[in-house]
Amino acid sequence: MTVYASIPPRPAPARPGGLYAWLRSRLIADLPTSLATLTLLALLAWWLPPLLDWAVWRAHFAPRFEPCAAEGAGACWGVVSEKYRFILLGRYPGGEQWRPLLATGLLLALLVASCLRRFWRRGLALLWLAVLALFLVLMHGGVAGLSRVETDLWGGLPLTLLLATVAIALAFPLALLVALGRRSQLPAIRALCVVYVELVRGVPLVSVLFTASFLFPLFLPQGSQIDVLLRVIAGLALFAAAYLAEVIRGGLQAVPRGQLEAAAALGLSWWQTQRRVVLPQALAAVLPGLMNHFIGIFKDTSLVTIVSLYELTGALSLALNSDADWRPYKLEAYLFIAALYFVFCYAMSRYSAWVEQQLRRSAAR
Amino acid sequence: MSSSPPKKTTWSWRSRAVRGLIWQALALAAVLLLLGWLAVNTAHNLQARGIQSGFDFLLQPAGFDIGETVLSYDADRPYWQAFAAGVLNTLRVALLGCVLVTLLGTAVGAGRLSRHPLLRGLCTAYVELFRNIPLLLQLLMWYLLLAQALPAIGEARTLGPLALDKSGLAWVLNEAGDTLFTATPEFLALLLGLTLYTAAFVAEVVRAGISAVPGSQAEAAAALGLSRWQALRRVLLPQALRVIIPPLTNQYLNLTKNSSLAVAIGYPDVVSIANTALNQTGRALECIAIIMAVYLLSSLATALLMNWYNARAAIVER
Repeated sequence: MTVYASIPPRPAPARPGGLYAWLRSRLIADLPTSLATLTLLALLAWWLPPLLDWAVWRAHFAPRFEPCAAEGAGACWGVVSEKYRFILLGRYPGGEQWRPLLATGLLLALLVASCLRRFWRRGLALLWLAVLALFLVLMHGGVAGLSRVETDLWGGLPLTLLLATVAIALAFPLALLVALGRRSQLPAIRALCVVYVELVRGVPLVSVLFTASFLFPLFLPQGSQIDVLLRVIAGLALFAAAYLAEVIRGGLQAVPRGQLEAAAALGLSWWQTQRRVVLPQALAAVLPGLMNHFIGIFKDTSLVTIVSLYELTGALSLALNSDADWRPYKLEAYLFIAALYFVFCYAMSRYSAWVEQQLRRSAAR
Repeated sequence: MSSSPPKKTTWSWRSRAVRGLIWQALALAAVLLLLGWLAVNTAHNLQARGIQSGFDFLLQPAGFDIGETVLSYDADRPYWQAFAAGVLNTLRVALLGCVLVTLLGTAVGAGRLSRHPLLRGLCTAYVELFRNIPLLLQLLMWYLLLAQALPAIGEARTLGPLALDKSGLAWVLNEAGDTLFTATPEFLALLLGLTLYTAAFVAEVVRAGISAVPGSQAEAAAALGLSRWQALRRVLLPQALRVIIPPLTNQYLNLTKNSSLAVAIGYPDVVSIANTALNQTGRALECIAIIMAVYLLSSLATALLMNWYNARAAIVER
């Protein structure tokens, strides 16, 4: 009689832990992977050292242009330390520059505060109105002993922030109405909204800005003069609203029909249904898309330099074009404002990702 | 015997139909009033300022040169030919840009999903860097960089038949200097800027499309013994394409519209030409109308084309 003895169990495989094993499995697992790793490393070795050499090792940071002109000199970051006032604040009169600084600081503080959950109260909207009013008073002056500064002297970062926030604030309510109108059962209202959205989305922003700059004065009654800043803000807002409306419409379509029927069964009116039932769900569904467009509007404000408003990009050209000593180092100055734009846009996109995560968590609960 | 209840039309304020009609009438009236008011104002202003209007200027000689044209052009030609040259320049950069953007965007988008950490990191860095900086700024930087870095005329850097110097890129055919094609630095800067900027967005579109394909599809492909590349080519991409095409169309349209930023670096696209014509003739209304019409038509054409392609790529349900 045969006695079956079970063979002893195999030892568990050694756990492939640690950074080294992970890197090994990902970087040099087989021939194609290893080749890819080598190619990428070679590419980095080819690009990075000369770039670092130019940007850091051989660069000059002092606000003097003489050493930068020497043979073999790297980047001339001195242009930033020399011209930062002009780039950030434009042609705002020298003695009054605390005003745009304070205004920008207030607006930025409020922007950051609005992103934090603990400030999401009813008072926030009022606070926004107050701060925007204070911003305009500080910038424009003419009251409370502040000297008047006309809008054509505004520029730099305050102008960029003002254009972006006011354009978004005006565009959003309009976009809500247009999106609701496009889903309306009333054919005339739907047609009007479709024509508006498709017309605006079919043309480039440059043409809208040209319209605001050259044509708006023709459209208005004789003798009435509207500041070019206001015209450009109106153009930006009308342009942005068409795009936001399409995003919001996507959210409206995502709300299940049953929600509308339930609201009707409760006896809610059309406005109550939209306000209490549809919009909260629709907006939450498309929040990432909305944030993407907000970032887009922020970036698009750089285009107003084409119609001679000197926000960051325009202020930089203004600062360097008239100065033959520093003009050769325009690239460094461009990189500086590119970094500024990057910080703002990247922060917004990270924030958007965080909110999205919060929403997902609340949906799972 | 049954009879249907009598039809009753109620003309009450509380009836939904009546209120709908009133709302519509109000909205239409408001829009018509606004448009009428604007038209009357414009007519008054044009008269008061003595501005001539109409499109008759299109037949007059333009009187300005254009740096680069597809067809032959000189300053004696009429305005409409200048505009045509601008439109062709816009189409040239937009079409080439769309092709390049598709290639680069797909590569980077697929790279972001790679298992290779270095490749994934580089692709992510590229996307985050290029889409968070305004396009206008990137265009200005590329133009400046090209203006500074390109070798002087006569000391062209050559690669086979290609020659690159301050006058741009040329495909030289023979010693006499005949060329197959030439591209000015303005064109190169615009194409480079548009491609690198839009490709970052296309990469996100492609990545989202591939991620939208259920993971079980990749597992099934692996179980069948397909390699990762085969799985991508035969299983994942065909399904992802359905998700990708509508937003990709949007990116093509964006690229075409963004090519209007050429005006900032002096590439003679339709907006630059219209801007010059506007400054010469003062006919703002007509010039801006031409810009808008050109872009509306090209948007419409692209949308139709991509809808047709989308219908082909859609699932054929039995």
